[in-house]
Amino acid sequence: MPELTDIMNSIVLLLNFVFLPALSYGSQLALGALAVTLVYAILRFANFAQGDTMAFATVITILITWLLQKADITPGFMPTALLALPLAVIACLLYVLMVDKFVYNYYRKQNSKPITIVMASVGVMFVTGGLVRFILGPEHHIFSDGPRFIITAREFKSMTGLAEGLAIKTSQLLTITIAILLVGFVFYFLQKTKTGKAMRAYSDNKDLALLSGIDPDRVVRVTWILVAVLTTIAGVLYGLDKGFMANSYHQLLLPCFAAVIVGGIGSPMGAIVGGFVISFSEMLLTYAYKKFLLYLLPEILQPSGLVQFLGTEYKFAVSFVILVIVLLLKPTGIFKGKVI
Amino acid sequence: MSHYNIRVLVSFGTMFFLLLMVGFYQSWSLSLSILNLCLISAIMAMGVNIQWGYAGLFNVGIMGFTALGGLSAVLISKESIKEAVSAGGMKMLTALFIFSLAIGLSLFLYKKFKNKYLTTAIILVGYFVTRYFYRDAAQSIEAINPAFSGYLGGLDLPVLLSWIAGGMLAAGAAWLIGKISLGLRTDYLAIATLGISEIIIAIIKNEDWLSRGVKNVTAIPRPVPYELDLQKAGWFKDMVGKLYADNLELLQISEQAAALNNYISDASIILVKLCYSGLFLAVLLLIIILASLALNSPWGRMVRAIRDNEIAASAMGKDVTKRHLQIFIIGSAIAGVSGAMLATYNGQFTPGSYIPLRYTFLIWVMVIVGGSGNNLGSIIGGFLIWFLWIEAEPVGFWLADFSTSFLDKENYIRQHLLNNAQYIRLIFMGAVLLVVMRFSPNGILPETNKKL
Repeated sequence: MPELTDIMNSIVLLLNFVFLPALSYGSQLALGALAVTLVYAILRFANFAQGDTMAFATVITILITWLLQKADITPGFMPTALLALPLAVIACLLYVLMVDKFVYNYYRKQNSKPITIVMASVGVMFVTGGLVRFILGPEHHIFSDGPRFIITAREFKSMTGLAEGLAIKTSQLLTITIAILLVGFVFYFLQKTKTGKAMRAYSDNKDLALLSGIDPDRVVRVTWILVAVLTTIAGVLYGLDKGFMANSYHQLLLPCFAAVIVGGIGSPMGAIVGGFVISFSEMLLTYAYKKFLLYLLPEILQPSGLVQFLGTEYKFAVSFVILVIVLLLKPTGIFKGKVI
Repeated sequence: MSHYNIRVLVSFGTMFFLLLMVGFYQSWSLSLSILNLCLISAIMAMGVNIQWGYAGLFNVGIMGFTALGGLSAVLISKESIKEAVSAGGMKMLTALFIFSLAIGLSLFLYKKFKNKYLTTAIILVGYFVTRYFYRDAAQSIEAINPAFSGYLGGLDLPVLLSWIAGGMLAAGAAWLIGKISLGLRTDYLAIATLGISEIIIAIIKNEDWLSRGVKNVTAIPRPVPYELDLQKAGWFKDMVGKLYADNLELLQISEQAAALNNYISDASIILVKLCYSGLFLAVLLLIIILASLALNSPWGRMVRAIRDNEIAASAMGKDVTKRHLQIFIIGSAIAGVSGAMLATYNGQFTPGSYIPLRYTFLIWVMVIVGGSGNNLGSIIGGFLIWFLWIEAEPVGFWLADFSTSFLDKENYIRQHLLNNAQYIRLIFMGAVLLVVMRFSPNGILPETNKKL
């Protein structure tokens, strides 16, 4: 029977390496998936440009952050990027509105098949990805500043006297707080405000909504505003956490889609739950449990290998596998794919 | 002559003229390289056209299928590494056997008992047992001479066989994806193909025992003679000598031997590329004949009827999902064939070079610009876009250079833009796609038999 401190140590180990990272990554995914699901529900297409739009918004944030840092306007206790966020949201909004006006609007008015609009969004994905790589290149950029940790592993160890440390990064706390606030706001907006109700009506039955005098252009505009806010914040939080790299943002598309489908297409609640399902499965499946088991098992049973379900290089395959399982067993997803 | 025929003649004539111009003003070798890659691109575009143009299936994972084709070129044609096979071959086979056993057993039990938990349990157990054997096998294979081999090698068969094998490998992958995602919402296929293509690339990059990963496989055997062999062959020397007899006579006797050698080496390069062109052209012709026969058969009419109105077609008793699956497999198989051809032509397999821009997106631009639903359209699209892609490379650089020319040479922004100028192609190709989709959705050669 392992001692109490061993059990505590093993729990802290999992909290530090699995639970906290999964929670913050899940929040970032949930915000991105929320944006995808809103577009799905209201504009009725799968937006393949989501990942690259997130990258675009983050690039704007990084540029503004660099300007602010040069001008020595840094808050100190939190990353400068948060000051740049409002401007980046506006830039992202202008960008998506422009894309909508020049690309999607035409197909919407033509009542094109959804797959044609999806294809157009793939075109937008490449143009956006090109812009992103043209501005910042394919390299890895770190743009977070200010204190990196709220509690470092060493402080935690000296506080509790355990062998394992629990480090809480500023970016993780920021991510979780902002995600909760933002999701709360989006739900309040959709459920309680008149515009939100109009959006839900439009998504439920477009013709009926048009008949009762809902302005479709306004619904579309407000949707893009929400999408721009969610996209920018998701992108910036992900970047603060893991650094910016154009390709990894592009690859966020798959977990975002997986989250949306797991939760049920068009369901905001589903997008959030789906985001956490994906992030926790990724972390749990690619974590090497060797050290964890060393604490808990008697010496005879102790493992020699890493005890890892899947190599970390296949992290993003996890979301695909989950996607496949959901498509095979329950294509409507957890929340029955009800539309908003 | 009808309006359409004139369009065909003019577009192919222009393409022919462009390639001739490259030949005269740059070099014949370059012109032939462009032609060969144009031919391969045209075949890829045909694969996509069959999926999109015939059936409206949106496949964004072409990269994955071409990579599978490239992998098969390695697995079929490279010589096998005896030590690696004896060290880890059996273990790997055992792992594979256990894996397929677990899958087969779980499928069987699921069909019989419909019990999800039992099936999951068997898959999980099978996974862990497989993983145990697999790790051991992979390690012992990769340990053998990692700098030169470190993988199992291939079957040492003629490389041309790999073109068929690549098609079959891609078809197998397509069957799996199609089974899962066809019959559901139309955009699920797009999401699934996007995912699988990234995963195929990840596997090829990381499973060193299979493909050497990012260490690349070079010197894939050729289906055509090597330049050096040709240069030594007597008949070839005689032939070149006769061909250039007039030119040689104008020279001094002392210079003739050197000049002849020059001609021989130039001619050998060109002959090798011509051989490739012949092979590629044969494949292209075969595919286009089969595709147009299929398109104009009852099957083709059914497929187009499904594309234009799924509900009506299924009301007439047509099995929509099954037809979609067939078409998805056929199109992906063609992409696989072209991938194997490309690896053969390059003589190497470099997993790191598979990026969606080049292998998925560019092909889409070809199909849309050429005219979806029209096979000749995909071919002209493949030719034109590949030609532009090659010849536009300097244009992006020039643009970045020109737009920042007022800045200082050492200026940070100027340097930065020049470094990233290659990504202008991405923006440019995306814009071409969007503009053509919007303003000329029929492309250069519109679909001819739209009316049934």
